[in-house]
Amino acid sequence: MAEPALSNVGLAERAYRIRRNALRMGEVQGQGYVGQALGVADVLAVSYFHALNYRAEDPHWEGRDRFLLSIGHYAIALYAALIEAGILPEDELETYGSDGSRLPMSGMASYTPGMEITGGSLGQGLGIAVGMCLGLKRKRSDAFVYNLLSDGELNEGSTWEAAMSASHWKLDNLVALVDVNNQQADGASSGVLGFEPLAARWEAFGWQAWRVDGNDIAALTAAFDAARASTEPKPRVLICDTLMGRGVPFLETREKAHFIRVDADEWGIALDQLDAGRTA
Amino acid sequence: MSQTAAKPRLTTSAMIASLAEAGQRTAPAPFGHALVKLAAERSDIVGLTADLAKYTDLHVFAQAHPDRFYQMGMAEQLLMSAAAGLAREGFLPFATTYAVFASRRAYDFICMAIAEENLPVKIVCGLPGLTTGYGPSHQATEDVAIFRGLPNMTIVDPCDAVDIAGAVPEIAAHPGPVYMRLLRGNVPMVLDEYDYSFKLGRAALLRDGADVLIVSSGFMTMRALDAAKALEADGIGAAVLHSPTIKPLDEAAILREAGRGGRLVVVAENHSVVGGLGEAVASLLMRHRVSPVFKQVGLPDAFLLAGALPTLHDRYGISTAAMTTSIKRWLGE
Repeated sequence: MAEPALSNVGLAERAYRIRRNALRMGEVQGQGYVGQALGVADVLAVSYFHALNYRAEDPHWEGRDRFLLSIGHYAIALYAALIEAGILPEDELETYGSDGSRLPMSGMASYTPGMEITGGSLGQGLGIAVGMCLGLKRKRSDAFVYNLLSDGELNEGSTWEAAMSASHWKLDNLVALVDVNNQQADGASSGVLGFEPLAARWEAFGWQAWRVDGNDIAALTAAFDAARASTEPKPRVLICDTLMGRGVPFLETREKAHFIRVDADEWGIALDQLDAGRTA
Repeated sequence: MSQTAAKPRLTTSAMIASLAEAGQRTAPAPFGHALVKLAAERSDIVGLTADLAKYTDLHVFAQAHPDRFYQMGMAEQLLMSAAAGLAREGFLPFATTYAVFASRRAYDFICMAIAEENLPVKIVCGLPGLTTGYGPSHQATEDVAIFRGLPNMTIVDPCDAVDIAGAVPEIAAHPGPVYMRLLRGNVPMVLDEYDYSFKLGRAALLRDGADVLIVSSGFMTMRALDAAKALEADGIGAAVLHSPTIKPLDEAAILREAGRGGRLVVVAENHSVVGGLGEAVASLLMRHRVSPVFKQVGLPDAFLLAGALPTLHDRYGISTAAMTTSIKRWLGE
């Protein structure tokens, strides 16, 4: 479903480049949510290079699939994907988080082409998605709305208001993506506020749920295809278990934190380790 | 059982209370009918509510346009974020609930999903200020203060059925978000007796007078007009400047009228004296070095009692009689 011009590069290579873009932005600021970005890169690669319809040169094209990032702190990950998709120019990466940049550290719609909503205040994205799906159905559009959430965001009650509403309105044009890295600000998400059994919870709210290894591109591709192809009059959720720091071994094994520490001399090592694992 | 003769009993005013005095002319559901009329011209209008269509008069729209009405359930955070989503897709959403729930419960959703993006969502809310006897759970005595702090938000507090009918197309034409306080049910009609029509951002001098200037919004303009008549009978001239748009204020009109020396200036509002029209006017006058004797008719900075609305309005000083008495006292000081 991706644009033909984009299809000659493998998804694993796309994911590698997204990770590389994220690390380079992290190096600019000396910080950033690179743990999350590395973890979710495969989900973004499959989203932008397999599932979504869009026109890189026209980010507001009416027929596009909408990708809502409610987890604003994942902006570094989405910028990395938007650069790879050609929606943002690669040289803008060097402005990440700087004064006057279009790439602020928390994602905001008014700053960045391809950023559909202002995230950051967690628990708002899925409700906005419900309204957009209702609007798309009014317009008889066959576009989909994707909303990338996190396991921590499921703490917010408003997410579940929206989940109830999406099944009430039979929003079969809605695909929620839940990044489960089991890490939020105060520690392991499962310890902060238990969320399992997650698939059963979404199903109980009237959704069609798939749980996949969010770092397995083949599994992700199959799940995205199944979600789009389903004819059930239900919203769909892909619960994606991911590993913080994926692709950079010393970050994969470092003590887990919401904000992974990367020292100044470690950015080069991170890039080297990422390159060493490149499979394309 | 008490054997004493039955006393006349004032009942607690419920959600359906009307502010109309006995014999006063009223119009039914002016918001709902105005929205239906506008929706015939504008196909982009949709209506959403959080289980309060009947109590915000949106049921009139829902009956006329069932395919353009979204019942979102008792979920105000969802109501506001979904309205934002519909606005993003090019629609013009009117979202209704009670003022307490929009201002207190859904504030961050209005702030980030609607106002920060300057989306044209029209938030229309019943039970503003002290218009129910149900107590603080339903009395939105601080809603204006809350929304005044929100960038991009326009705040409208119409007086009567005429004002509401005039405001609906005006707020729809405004490109940004609007918070409008709503009177619903059988709403009094007063302003058709004056040379007046609602214009967003404009205050209107409804009557002139030499001794006191009353700046007012919402139904307090009705009370101000009645108080002015009562004061006139005592030889006191009272001007009434109706300011239904609280943000942005019609600064020029207020400065012009308040700057005419020698008059007591009274701001009358159905809202806490903290953070509403009164303080907005006071700071405007101070910034421009206009310094009349200044008083406020408004609700105290307190959680208010439950009870019958007429009793509460007298107790808290916003009934016509209480307001008239206050003004006479201030003029005598």
